[in-house]
Amino acid sequence: MATHVLRRVFVWELPVRIYHWLNALTILALIATGFLIGNPPAIQTGGEAYDNYWFGWVRYIHFVAAYLFFFNFLFRIYWGFVGNKYADWKNFIPTSKAFFKEMWEVIRIDIFLARNKEHMAVGHNPLAGFIYFLSFIAFMVQVVTGFGLYAAMSESFLAGLFAWVPAFFGGDFGLRQWHHIAMWFFILFAMVHVYLVFYHDYVEGRGELSSMGGGWKFIEEDAFHHDEKKHEEKAAKKKLKS
Amino acid sequence: MIQAPPTKKRPTYFEELRARGHSRRDFMKVCTSLAAYMGLEASGVAQIAKALETKPRLPVIWLHFQECTCCSESFIRSSHPIVSDIILDQVSLDYTETLMAASGHAAEAAMHKTMEDHYGDYILCVEGSVPTGEDGVFCCIGGKSAEQILEETAAGAKAIIAWGSCACNGCVQAAKPNPTRATPIHKLVKGKPIIKVPGCPPIGEVMAGVIVHVVTFGTLPELDGAGRPKAFYSKRVHDSCYRRPYYDAGMFVESFDDENAKKGYCLYKVGCKGPSTYNSCGIIKWNNGVSYPIQSGHGCIGCSEANFWDAGPFYRRMQSFPGFGIESSADEIGLAAAAATGIGITAHAIGTNLRKSKLINDLITEGRESEQEL
Repeated sequence: MATHVLRRVFVWELPVRIYHWLNALTILALIATGFLIGNPPAIQTGGEAYDNYWFGWVRYIHFVAAYLFFFNFLFRIYWGFVGNKYADWKNFIPTSKAFFKEMWEVIRIDIFLARNKEHMAVGHNPLAGFIYFLSFIAFMVQVVTGFGLYAAMSESFLAGLFAWVPAFFGGDFGLRQWHHIAMWFFILFAMVHVYLVFYHDYVEGRGELSSMGGGWKFIEEDAFHHDEKKHEEKAAKKKLKS
Repeated sequence: MIQAPPTKKRPTYFEELRARGHSRRDFMKVCTSLAAYMGLEASGVAQIAKALETKPRLPVIWLHFQECTCCSESFIRSSHPIVSDIILDQVSLDYTETLMAASGHAAEAAMHKTMEDHYGDYILCVEGSVPTGEDGVFCCIGGKSAEQILEETAAGAKAIIAWGSCACNGCVQAAKPNPTRATPIHKLVKGKPIIKVPGCPPIGEVMAGVIVHVVTFGTLPELDGAGRPKAFYSKRVHDSCYRRPYYDAGMFVESFDDENAKKGYCLYKVGCKGPSTYNSCGIIKWNNGVSYPIQSGHGCIGCSEANFWDAGPFYRRMQSFPGFGIESSADEIGLAAAAATGIGITAHAIGTNLRKSKLINDLITEGRESEQEL
């Protein structure tokens, strides 16, 4: 059995990692407070109303987390244009046939579990990237429906931009329904996401799990030579053409 | 055929009210309260008074289609009798089935006379939705279907006021499965300004406020994205609810007749739709400001919101989710999806250990060897 010689690759830059964990934190807070807002427990049944404000605080946390989530998301979109190649927007939106071809490879190897095969992706694999793209759409749905619900009770300019939303969804009834059901996407996403991080770390041993901490992944030396060969081939082809 | 009355110069609102024996003092009181309801500043009172004194009354045709007449009932019970006299009295209203003195051909003649004499000037008020199924056979007046009548009268209208939830969104008769294909006005009439005044019924003072705005300023009131006058529909019932402090404090009625209900806590958890409903119930209230549903211990059912019948149940906070059976809420669907995902993950994890055993064992062996060497 060959021993792996691994090289350290800087995959996730600090802004990406901060985005990731802030995103995780705000989503957790939004889900927890969202559940409480949707169905508040009967924890306050006595005393005077002026002594208490717990439900107000729950809603306040929800709104603060929502603002953080929104601006964090905007920042990530910006970083998709200025970050390193693993943060680039092309990881998420398919722009070539090769993207789909590789996506199918990932489905075959990692979802349908082709026997003892592995697919190596240093950053996002195409399937993951595409699902992140879908999750960005879910982010937008949550932002639009959420700020749409918030617009009626806010004087802020940003919320005012979403004042058209309730009418578009046929009133607040439908709007909060969609806001609520879309939240479940985040829960399902988180379950699968966390599981797959463990899966990759367990099967491939490249430091998937810790990469969102330090930003490093550890890639086999061979892969680099492989890439170099590809590079040379491409350069040779170009030369031939010209 | 009976002749329609000859046209004469239309008297002003004030002239008509004086003729009916109202004092100027009463008249000014009404102008003041209407200005307050409409949210005008103090000078608005004079504007309203001047408009009602000098402007000849607006020709109004008020149609009734698929409805229960609760809008008209609400209107004639608005806080001051002058308000209903202004519009709903037979002298002020050219045509309305419920309250006009004429009937049969005479009534039809009066309507057509108004339509001809004031083409492009009259206000068309519509109470009720229009059935479009089966060629509109579900609602016919004078041998014509509601849809035909609406089309004819809308053609010469200056503006259309859709009274009540029926005209604005179809209300109960448009609830699933909507057998008559009841259709709100804005889906049938295009190219005319439409003011939606939803509610089942709308508040009488709101209806008066809308009409008086049109008379006073000669323009439509400012409308929101859904076509409702902002003066009355920009805030949710929740925002002006006197039980709101209990909501913020997290003090909720758990079931009707529990201790919390007796103490008057927030009705959020027993299905109050106040947080999703735009109306002025908490401010203007009902029956001359006596009370409104929440004050009477019952949650808001959201009667001024589109599709409120289908957005039930009335007594549960979580609504049923469309397309997933009557009682499935978003959380029940979500939990089922999460359980399915959990099962999928477990199956995948087991499959991974079986199918990728060589890869995993190689990693473990390599790791062990390195451990020994170090």
